[in-house]
Amino acid sequence: MTVHSFEEHFEEKLDKDIAIEPRDWMPDTYRKTLIRQISQHAHSEIVGMLPEGNWITRAPSLRRKAVLLAKVQDEAGHGLYLYSAAETLGVSRDELYDQLHSGKAKYSSIFNYPTLTWADMGAIGWLVDGAAIMNQVPLCRTSYGPYARAMVRVCKEESFHQRQGFEIMLTLSNGTEVQKKMAQDALNRWWWPSIMMFGPPDAESPNTEMSVRWKIKRFTNDELRQKFIDVTVEQTKILGLEVPDKDLKWNEERGHYDFGAIDWAEFWNVVKGNGPCNKERLETRKKAWEEGEWVREAAAAYAEKRKKKAGEQQAA
Amino acid sequence: MSQQTAEHKSEWPLWEVFIRSKAGLDHKHAGSLHAADAQMAIENARDVYTRRMEGVSIWVVESKYIHTSDPDESASMYEPANDKIYRHPTFYNLPDELKHM
Repeated sequence: MTVHSFEEHFEEKLDKDIAIEPRDWMPDTYRKTLIRQISQHAHSEIVGMLPEGNWITRAPSLRRKAVLLAKVQDEAGHGLYLYSAAETLGVSRDELYDQLHSGKAKYSSIFNYPTLTWADMGAIGWLVDGAAIMNQVPLCRTSYGPYARAMVRVCKEESFHQRQGFEIMLTLSNGTEVQKKMAQDALNRWWWPSIMMFGPPDAESPNTEMSVRWKIKRFTNDELRQKFIDVTVEQTKILGLEVPDKDLKWNEERGHYDFGAIDWAEFWNVVKGNGPCNKERLETRKKAWEEGEWVREAAAAYAEKRKKKAGEQQAA
Repeated sequence: MSQQTAEHKSEWPLWEVFIRSKAGLDHKHAGSLHAADAQMAIENARDVYTRRMEGVSIWVVESKYIHTSDPDESASMYEPANDKIYRHPTFYNLPDELKHM
Protein backbone atom coordinates (compact mmCIF):
# COMPACT_ATOMS: atom_id res chain seq x y z
CA MET A 1 0.00 0.00 0.00
CA THR A 2 1.15 3.54 -0.68
CA VAL A 3 1.17 6.17 2.08
CA HIS A 4 -1.90 7.65 0.51
CA SER A 5 -3.90 4.46 0.71
CA PHE A 6 -2.67 3.82 4.27
CA GLU A 7 -4.12 7.16 5.19
CA GLU A 8 -7.36 6.50 3.36
CA HIS A 9 -7.68 3.16 5.11
CA PHE A 10 -7.10 4.87 8.47
CA GLU A 11 -9.74 7.54 7.79
CA GLU A 12 -12.16 4.89 6.61
CA LYS A 13 -11.79 3.03 9.90
CA LEU A 14 -12.43 6.22 11.87
CA ASP A 15 -15.56 6.88 9.82
CA LYS A 16 -16.86 3.41 10.54
CA ASP A 17 -15.96 3.63 14.25
CA ILE A 18 -13.50 0.77 13.93
CA ALA A 19 -10.89 1.03 16.67
CA ILE A 20 -7.27 1.72 15.78
CA GLU A 21 -4.99 -0.89 17.37
CA PRO A 22 -1.27 -0.64 18.29
CA ARG A 23 0.21 -2.23 15.19
CA ASP A 24 -2.16 -0.56 12.71
CA TRP A 25 -0.83 2.20 10.51
CA MET A 26 -1.56 5.66 11.92
CA PRO A 27 -0.46 9.21 11.06
CA ASP A 28 2.50 10.44 13.12
CA THR A 29 0.53 13.35 14.53
CA TYR A 30 -2.23 10.98 15.67
CA ARG A 31 0.39 8.92 17.50
CA LYS A 32 2.01 12.02 19.03
CA THR A 33 -1.30 13.52 20.10
CA LEU A 34 -2.25 10.26 21.77
CA ILE A 35 1.06 9.88 23.58
CA ARG A 36 0.74 13.44 24.86
CA GLN A 37 -2.88 13.04 25.98
CA ILE A 38 -2.58 9.56 27.50
CA SER A 39 0.65 10.32 29.33
CA GLN A 40 -0.69 13.63 30.66
CA HIS A 41 -3.64 11.68 31.91
CA ALA A 42 -1.39 9.04 33.51
CA HIS A 43 0.78 11.70 35.16
CA SER A 44 -2.37 13.36 36.53
CA GLU A 45 -3.42 10.11 38.20
CA ILE A 46 0.01 9.67 39.77
CA VAL A 47 0.44 13.28 40.95
CA GLY A 48 -3.25 13.24 41.95
CA MET A 49 -2.40 10.83 44.74
CA LEU A 50 -0.36 13.48 46.53
CA PRO A 51 -3.00 16.02 47.67
CA GLU A 52 -5.10 13.17 49.09
CA GLY A 53 -2.17 11.24 50.54
CA ASN A 54 -1.84 14.31 52.73
CA TRP A 55 -5.02 13.31 54.60
CA ILE A 56 -4.75 9.53 54.92
CA THR A 57 -3.16 9.67 58.36
CA ARG A 58 -5.60 12.33 59.51
CA ALA A 59 -8.89 10.93 58.26
CA PRO A 60 -11.57 11.43 60.95
CA SER A 61 -12.52 7.74 61.25
CA LEU A 62 -11.26 4.30 60.36
CA ARG A 63 -13.99 4.01 57.70
CA ARG A 64 -12.97 7.27 56.05
CA LYS A 65 -9.35 6.21 56.19
CA ALA A 66 -9.99 2.82 54.55
CA VAL A 67 -12.04 4.53 51.82
CA LEU A 68 -9.41 7.18 51.15
CA LEU A 69 -6.67 4.55 50.98
CA ALA A 70 -8.72 2.56 48.46
CA LYS A 71 -9.29 5.67 46.37
CA VAL A 72 -5.62 6.59 46.32
CA GLN A 73 -4.72 3.00 45.45
CA ASP A 74 -7.18 3.15 42.54
CA GLU A 75 -5.43 6.27 41.28
CA ALA A 76 -2.11 4.45 41.25
CA GLY A 77 -3.82 1.68 39.29
CA HIS A 78 -5.35 4.16 36.83
CA GLY A 79 -1.94 5.69 36.26
CA LEU A 80 -0.56 2.25 35.49
CA TYR A 81 -3.36 1.30 33.06
CA LEU A 82 -2.72 4.54 31.20
CA TYR A 83 1.06 4.30 31.14
CA SER A 84 0.80 0.84 29.64
CA ALA A 85 -1.68 2.13 27.04
CA ALA A 86 0.80 4.89 26.13
CA GLU A 87 3.59 2.32 25.86
CA THR A 88 1.70 0.52 23.10
CA LEU A 89 2.44 3.59 20.96
CA GLY A 90 6.18 2.97 21.15
CA VAL A 91 7.24 5.23 24.01
CA SER A 92 8.99 3.65 27.01
CA ARG A 93 7.97 3.96 30.65
CA ASP A 94 11.34 5.51 31.49
CA GLU A 95 10.85 8.19 28.85
CA LEU A 96 7.40 8.95 30.22
CA TYR A 97 8.66 9.25 33.80
CA ASP A 98 11.52 11.37 32.61
CA GLN A 99 9.12 13.75 30.87
CA LEU A 100 7.14 14.12 34.10
CA HIS A 101 10.15 14.55 36.37
CA SER A 102 11.91 17.03 34.09
CA GLY A 103 8.77 19.14 33.89
CA LYS A 104 8.50 18.61 30.14
CA ALA A 105 5.15 16.85 30.43
CA LYS A 106 2.15 18.42 32.08
CA TYR A 107 -0.39 16.98 34.47
CA SER A 108 -3.77 18.35 35.44
CA SER A 109 -3.31 21.76 37.09
CA ILE A 110 -5.92 21.00 39.70
CA PHE A 111 -3.38 19.01 41.70
CA ASN A 112 -1.27 22.11 42.22
CA TYR A 113 -3.76 23.42 44.76
CA PRO A 114 -3.31 22.61 48.46
CA THR A 115 -5.65 20.43 50.54
CA LEU A 116 -6.15 22.57 53.63
CA THR A 117 -8.98 20.84 55.51
CA TRP A 118 -10.73 17.48 55.64
CA ALA A 119 -13.59 19.01 53.64
CA ASP A 120 -11.17 19.23 50.72
CA MET A 121 -11.29 15.41 50.52
CA GLY A 122 -15.04 15.77 50.03
CA ALA A 123 -14.76 18.58 47.48
CA ILE A 124 -12.07 16.76 45.50
CA GLY A 125 -14.05 13.54 45.28
CA TRP A 126 -17.25 15.33 44.37
CA LEU A 127 -15.95 18.07 42.06
CA VAL A 128 -12.54 17.02 40.79
CA ASP A 129 -13.45 13.38 40.27
CA GLY A 130 -16.85 14.51 39.02
CA ALA A 131 -15.22 16.68 36.36
CA ALA A 132 -12.78 13.88 35.55
CA ILE A 133 -15.65 11.43 35.04
CA MET A 134 -17.43 13.90 32.75
CA ASN A 135 -14.24 14.05 30.70
CA GLN A 136 -13.54 10.35 30.81
CA VAL A 137 -16.87 8.72 30.03
CA PRO A 138 -16.76 9.80 26.35
CA LEU A 139 -13.15 8.58 26.21
CA CYS A 140 -14.41 5.01 26.66
CA ARG A 141 -15.32 5.36 22.96
CA THR A 142 -12.12 7.07 21.89
CA SER A 143 -10.71 5.78 18.61
CA TYR A 144 -7.51 4.21 19.97
CA GLY A 145 -8.29 0.73 21.31
CA PRO A 146 -5.87 0.42 24.27
CA TYR A 147 -6.80 3.90 25.53
CA ALA A 148 -10.52 3.17 25.27
CA ARG A 149 -10.13 -0.14 27.12
CA ALA A 150 -8.12 1.53 29.89
CA MET A 151 -10.81 4.19 30.20
CA VAL A 152 -13.59 1.63 30.55
CA ARG A 153 -11.76 0.21 33.54
CA VAL A 154 -11.04 3.66 34.99
CA CYS A 155 -14.65 4.83 34.65
CA LYS A 156 -16.02 1.71 36.33
CA GLU A 157 -13.82 2.38 39.34
CA GLU A 158 -14.13 6.14 39.45
CA SER A 159 -17.82 6.25 40.31
CA PHE A 160 -17.18 5.36 43.95
CA HIS A 161 -14.64 8.18 44.15
CA GLN A 162 -17.25 10.78 43.39
CA ARG A 163 -19.90 9.22 45.62
CA GLN A 164 -17.62 9.01 48.65
CA GLY A 165 -16.68 12.67 48.11
CA PHE A 166 -20.30 13.77 47.99
CA GLU A 167 -20.98 11.72 51.11
CA ILE A 168 -18.23 13.60 52.98
CA MET A 169 -19.71 16.93 51.83
CA LEU A 170 -23.21 15.82 52.83
CA THR A 171 -22.10 14.74 56.30
CA LEU A 172 -20.30 18.04 56.88
CA SER A 173 -23.23 20.06 55.51
CA ASN A 174 -25.58 18.36 57.93
CA GLY A 175 -23.15 18.75 60.81
CA THR A 176 -22.33 21.63 63.13
CA GLU A 177 -22.14 25.24 62.01
CA VAL A 178 -18.34 24.99 61.87
CA GLN A 179 -18.48 21.82 59.77
CA LYS A 180 -20.93 23.37 57.33
CA LYS A 181 -18.68 26.40 57.03
CA MET A 182 -15.75 24.11 56.33
CA ALA A 183 -17.70 22.44 53.50
CA GLN A 184 -18.65 25.81 52.01
CA ASP A 185 -15.05 26.99 52.21
CA ALA A 186 -13.86 23.87 50.35
CA LEU A 187 -16.52 24.40 47.67
CA ASN A 188 -15.43 28.05 47.34
CA ARG A 189 -11.81 27.07 46.78
CA TRP A 190 -12.38 24.06 44.45
CA TRP A 191 -15.24 25.30 42.29
CA TRP A 192 -13.33 27.47 39.80
CA PRO A 193 -10.28 25.22 39.47
CA SER A 194 -12.66 22.29 38.81
CA ILE A 195 -14.39 24.18 36.02
CA MET A 196 -11.00 24.98 34.54
CA MET A 197 -10.19 21.26 34.46
CA PHE A 198 -12.02 21.02 31.13
CA GLY A 199 -9.25 23.09 29.60
CA PRO A 200 -9.20 26.38 27.72
CA PRO A 201 -12.27 27.57 25.78
CA ASP A 202 -12.74 25.88 22.39
CA ALA A 203 -11.68 29.01 20.53
CA GLU A 204 -8.30 28.89 22.28
CA SER A 205 -7.77 25.14 22.32
CA PRO A 206 -5.42 24.41 19.43
CA ASN A 207 -5.68 20.63 19.70
CA THR A 208 -9.44 20.26 20.00
CA GLU A 209 -10.46 20.38 16.35
CA MET A 210 -8.03 17.71 15.20
CA SER A 211 -8.74 15.54 18.23
CA VAL A 212 -12.47 15.64 17.58
CA ARG A 213 -11.96 14.80 13.92
CA TRP A 214 -9.80 11.82 14.87
CA LYS A 215 -12.38 10.78 17.44
CA ILE A 216 -9.80 10.96 20.20
CA LYS A 217 -12.04 13.54 21.84
CA ARG A 218 -15.78 13.09 21.49
CA PHE A 219 -16.89 16.44 22.93
CA THR A 220 -15.22 19.84 23.12
CA ASN A 221 -13.96 21.46 26.34
CA ASP A 222 -16.83 23.95 26.45
CA GLU A 223 -19.51 21.32 25.86
CA LEU A 224 -18.25 19.21 28.75
CA ARG A 225 -17.79 22.22 31.02
CA GLN A 226 -21.40 23.29 30.48
CA LYS A 227 -22.65 19.78 31.15
CA PHE A 228 -20.65 19.62 34.38
CA ILE A 229 -21.96 22.96 35.62
CA ASP A 230 -25.57 22.01 34.82
CA VAL A 231 -25.48 18.80 36.86
CA THR A 232 -23.26 20.05 39.67
CA VAL A 233 -25.31 23.15 40.47
CA GLU A 234 -28.30 20.88 41.08
CA GLN A 235 -26.21 18.64 43.35
CA THR A 236 -25.11 21.69 45.34
CA LYS A 237 -28.75 22.36 46.24
CA ILE A 238 -28.95 18.98 47.99
CA LEU A 239 -25.98 20.02 50.12
CA GLY A 240 -27.58 23.36 50.94
CA LEU A 241 -24.37 25.10 49.92
CA GLU A 242 -23.80 28.02 47.60
CA VAL A 243 -21.87 28.00 44.32
CA PRO A 244 -19.33 30.83 44.50
CA ASP A 245 -20.46 32.50 41.27
CA LYS A 246 -22.75 35.52 41.51
CA ASP A 247 -23.43 35.43 37.77
CA LEU A 248 -24.72 31.88 37.86
CA LYS A 249 -28.26 31.84 36.49
CA TRP A 250 -30.56 29.38 34.76
CA ASN A 251 -31.09 30.36 31.14
CA GLU A 252 -34.51 29.12 30.07
CA GLU A 253 -33.85 29.75 26.41
CA ARG A 254 -30.57 27.84 26.27
CA GLY A 255 -31.71 25.18 28.72
CA HIS A 256 -28.40 25.61 30.53
CA TYR A 257 -26.91 27.60 33.38
CA ASP A 258 -25.13 30.81 32.43
CA PHE A 259 -22.00 31.30 34.47
CA GLY A 260 -19.49 34.01 35.30
CA ALA A 261 -16.20 34.74 33.57
CA ILE A 262 -13.42 32.26 34.22
CA ASP A 263 -10.09 33.64 35.31
CA TRP A 264 -7.95 32.15 32.54
CA ALA A 265 -4.95 34.17 33.62
CA GLU A 266 -4.92 32.13 36.82
CA PHE A 267 -5.26 28.90 34.83
CA TRP A 268 -2.27 29.66 32.58
CA ASN A 269 -0.26 30.84 35.54
CA VAL A 270 -0.73 27.47 37.27
CA VAL A 271 -0.06 25.57 34.03
CA LYS A 272 3.20 27.48 33.67
CA GLY A 273 4.33 26.25 37.07
CA ASN A 274 3.38 29.12 39.36
CA GLY A 275 0.49 27.51 41.22
CA PRO A 276 0.59 27.21 45.00
CA CYS A 277 1.97 23.64 45.01
CA ASN A 278 3.64 23.00 41.61
CA LYS A 279 7.15 22.80 43.06
CA GLU A 280 6.16 20.75 46.08
CA ARG A 281 4.25 18.17 43.98
CA LEU A 282 7.05 17.62 41.51
CA GLU A 283 9.68 17.45 44.23
CA THR A 284 7.68 14.90 46.23
CA ARG A 285 7.22 12.82 43.10
CA LYS A 286 10.90 12.96 42.17
CA LYS A 287 11.96 12.13 45.72
CA ALA A 288 9.74 9.04 45.73
CA TRP A 289 11.23 7.93 42.39
CA GLU A 290 14.84 8.54 43.43
CA GLU A 291 14.49 6.95 46.85
CA GLY A 292 12.93 3.89 45.25
CA GLU A 293 15.88 3.34 42.97
CA TRP A 294 17.69 0.87 45.23
CA VAL A 295 14.50 -1.21 45.48
CA ARG A 296 14.20 -1.40 41.70
CA GLU A 297 17.85 -2.32 41.38
CA ALA A 298 17.71 -4.94 44.13
CA ALA A 299 14.65 -6.59 42.57
CA ALA A 300 16.33 -6.70 39.16
CA ALA A 301 19.52 -8.17 40.69
CA TYR A 302 17.50 -10.79 42.57
CA ALA A 303 15.62 -11.78 39.42
CA GLU A 304 18.92 -12.08 37.56
CA LYS A 305 20.40 -14.25 40.30
CA ARG A 306 17.41 -16.58 40.32
CA LYS A 307 17.49 -16.88 36.54
CA LYS A 308 21.16 -17.83 36.69
CA LYS A 309 20.56 -20.38 39.42
CA ALA A 310 17.73 -21.97 37.45
CA GLY A 311 20.04 -22.15 34.42
CA GLU A 312 22.78 -23.87 36.43
CA GLN A 313 20.36 -26.41 37.83
CA GLN A 314 19.11 -27.22 34.36
CA ALA A 315 22.66 -27.65 33.08
CA ALA A 316 23.60 -29.98 35.95
CA MET B 1 -0.29 -5.38 24.04
CA SER B 2 2.76 -3.23 24.19
CA GLN B 3 5.85 -3.15 22.08
CA GLN B 4 9.18 -2.16 23.50
CA THR B 5 11.11 -0.29 20.89
CA ALA B 6 14.40 0.68 22.45
CA GLU B 7 16.59 -0.95 25.06
CA HIS B 8 15.94 0.55 28.46
CA LYS B 9 18.42 -0.95 30.85
CA SER B 10 17.02 0.37 34.09
CA GLU B 11 13.49 -0.65 33.21
CA TRP B 12 12.02 -3.90 34.48
CA PRO B 13 10.76 -6.03 31.60
CA LEU B 14 7.23 -5.61 30.32
CA TRP B 15 4.67 -8.38 30.94
CA GLU B 16 1.27 -9.03 29.43
CA VAL B 17 -1.43 -9.97 31.92
CA PHE B 18 -4.28 -12.40 31.24
CA ILE B 19 -7.06 -12.88 33.76
CA ARG B 20 -9.71 -15.58 34.19
CA SER B 21 -12.67 -13.75 35.69
CA LYS B 22 -14.32 -16.95 36.94
CA ALA B 23 -13.87 -20.68 36.67
CA GLY B 24 -15.19 -21.92 33.36
CA LEU B 25 -14.16 -18.85 31.35
CA ASP B 26 -11.05 -18.22 29.26
CA HIS B 27 -8.17 -16.07 30.42
CA LYS B 28 -8.54 -12.70 28.74
CA HIS B 29 -5.93 -10.04 28.07
CA ALA B 30 -6.23 -7.36 30.76
CA GLY B 31 -3.25 -5.11 30.07
CA SER B 32 0.44 -4.97 30.78
CA LEU B 33 2.84 -3.99 33.53
CA HIS B 34 6.52 -3.92 34.43
CA ALA B 35 8.04 -6.40 36.88
CA ALA B 36 11.47 -7.82 37.66
CA ASP B 37 10.34 -11.46 37.41
CA ALA B 38 7.29 -13.68 36.94
CA GLN B 39 6.42 -13.84 40.61
CA MET B 40 6.45 -10.06 40.94
CA ALA B 41 4.47 -9.75 37.72
CA ILE B 42 1.73 -11.96 39.18
CA GLU B 43 1.67 -10.04 42.46
CA ASN B 44 1.59 -6.70 40.67
CA ALA B 45 -1.12 -7.99 38.34
CA ARG B 46 -3.21 -8.85 41.38
CA ASP B 47 -2.86 -5.30 42.73
CA VAL B 48 -3.31 -3.53 39.41
CA TYR B 49 -5.97 -5.62 37.68
CA THR B 50 -7.98 -7.47 40.37
CA ARG B 51 -8.71 -4.93 43.11
CA ARG B 52 -12.42 -5.71 42.85
CA MET B 53 -12.39 -9.48 42.57
CA GLU B 54 -12.10 -9.40 38.79
CA GLY B 55 -10.10 -12.60 38.70
CA VAL B 56 -9.66 -16.12 40.02
CA SER B 57 -6.54 -16.90 38.00
CA ILE B 58 -3.73 -14.85 36.45
CA TRP B 59 -1.36 -15.62 33.58
CA VAL B 60 1.63 -13.43 32.87
CA VAL B 61 4.02 -13.68 29.95
CA GLU B 62 6.91 -11.42 29.04
CA SER B 63 5.75 -9.25 26.18
CA LYS B 64 8.81 -10.05 24.08
CA TYR B 65 7.64 -13.67 23.77
CA ILE B 66 4.37 -12.76 22.10
CA HIS B 67 4.27 -12.91 18.32
CA THR B 68 1.48 -11.29 16.39
CA SER B 69 0.09 -11.33 12.89
CA ASP B 70 0.77 -8.33 10.70
CA PRO B 71 -2.30 -6.07 10.38
CA ASP B 72 -1.09 -4.84 7.00
CA GLU B 73 -1.42 -8.38 5.70
CA SER B 74 -4.90 -8.92 7.08
CA ALA B 75 -6.49 -8.94 3.65
CA SER B 76 -4.49 -11.87 2.31
CA MET B 77 -4.24 -13.54 5.71
CA TYR B 78 -7.99 -13.97 6.15
CA GLU B 79 -8.89 -14.12 2.48
CA PRO B 80 -9.27 -17.95 2.39
CA ALA B 81 -12.28 -17.73 4.72
CA ASN B 82 -14.05 -15.05 2.67
CA ASP B 83 -15.58 -17.21 -0.02
CA LYS B 84 -16.53 -20.15 2.18
CA ILE B 85 -19.85 -19.01 3.51
CA TYR B 86 -21.02 -22.64 3.28
CA ARG B 87 -19.23 -23.08 6.62
CA HIS B 88 -22.10 -21.21 8.27
CA PRO B 89 -25.40 -22.94 9.07
CA THR B 90 -27.44 -20.10 7.56
CA PHE B 91 -26.04 -20.92 4.09
CA TYR B 92 -28.48 -23.84 3.75
CA ASN B 93 -32.00 -23.14 2.56
CA LEU B 94 -34.30 -25.57 4.30
CA PRO B 95 -38.11 -25.67 4.69
CA ASP B 96 -39.61 -23.77 7.67
CA GLU B 97 -41.49 -26.83 8.90
CA LEU B 98 -38.19 -28.56 9.61
CA LYS B 99 -37.78 -28.50 13.41
CA HIS B 100 -34.95 -29.18 15.87
CA MET B 101 -32.14 -28.44 13.44
